[in-house]
Amino acid sequence: MPKGTVAITAERCKGCGFCVEFCPTHVLELSSAFNAKGYHPPHMIAPEKCSGCNLCGMYCPDFAIFGFRLAANGESKGATK
Amino acid sequence: MSTTDLHVHNPVEELLRQDRIPTIWCPGCGIGTSVNSFAHALLKQNIDLDKTAIVSGIGCSGRVSGYMNLDSFHTTHGRAIPFATGLKLARPELNVIVYSGDGDLASIGGNHLIHAARRNMDILVVCINNMIYAMTGGQAAATTPGSSLSTTTPYGAFEPELNLVQLVDAAGACFVARWTAYHVVQLERTLEKALRKKGFRFIEVLSPCPTYFQRKNNMGDALQAMLDYKKRSKIQHGCPTWETALTPSGPIIVGEFVDREREDYLTRMRKQLGPHYSEFPAQQEEHVSEGCSREC
Repeated sequence: MPKGTVAITAERCKGCGFCVEFCPTHVLELSSAFNAKGYHPPHMIAPEKCSGCNLCGMYCPDFAIFGFRLAANGESKGATK
Repeated sequence: MSTTDLHVHNPVEELLRQDRIPTIWCPGCGIGTSVNSFAHALLKQNIDLDKTAIVSGIGCSGRVSGYMNLDSFHTTHGRAIPFATGLKLARPELNVIVYSGDGDLASIGGNHLIHAARRNMDILVVCINNMIYAMTGGQAAATTPGSSLSTTTPYGAFEPELNLVQLVDAAGACFVARWTAYHVVQLERTLEKALRKKGFRFIEVLSPCPTYFQRKNNMGDALQAMLDYKKRSKIQHGCPTWETALTPSGPIIVGEFVDREREDYLTRMRKQLGPHYSEFPAQQEEHVSEGCSREC
């Protein structure tokens, strides 16, 4: 059961790789797919390891990714509005 | 899992002008990373955003005032601090934040930086130091390390660089700190602390510039610069600022260096003027003479 997950806005991503490098549990990897600008956005390779710490969101220079924690029933928690 | 299913949103987004995103910054530029820390600090401190103004000069970091959903002011090159000073004097209730780069604040507007610190104007200055004039084409700035290559120094800069934290400490700033784009959480905490303080507060944020500084000096891409920051950074809170000079391969001393109390400019002005001081002086009617003022 994952404790958290990330939301990615692929069109904003510029493929710098900060989120992939600095994720403490190594959840992410740059995908081989392209976005409209020709960059490789990240995707989750180990979603079960995500703790929702939002460190990827803090590092992202383009506001394209953020992490949030999930409650026990799979609903989002904290970041909802 | 898409975001629409869960109705989640990035907490930073309410502080950004959505219509202006994506930003013009290069892939891996550290300015966006520092904006994340700044936005989180503003949100955590529950600061009245209607009473917060952000002032920027020209340059890559100068774009921050355009991307943030606050009252903002994009001023002429190097003159962000004078505009902010005027804003603070006219509207003392505002939180005035200057967000600009090293070329703007330290090279073109270097004098303003020194004198704002000397006067102890009640403003927070966030200086993004990418060690070069990035937007104008990679010219050498006052912070460009000695012997590094840039567009205007093809044989390497002959001048040593300026240590900004030492400069503003000597000029009398209340709060002086330095972090890098790698230290996102520490930077957020320092910004929170600085937002609560009064007086001239200066935070230097070292940021990678993959397009000019890293490329010209064969230093790899932005990720390489971030890993370099991670490896070389040494956190030393309260370190004397004359020991914090940046060297090409030595340690990068980061932390909160100065935290002192000093009377700020407005307090001194009020005290000295005493009963003659009023917050909102009566507006005098302007007498506009009609027609030709000289006797023709």
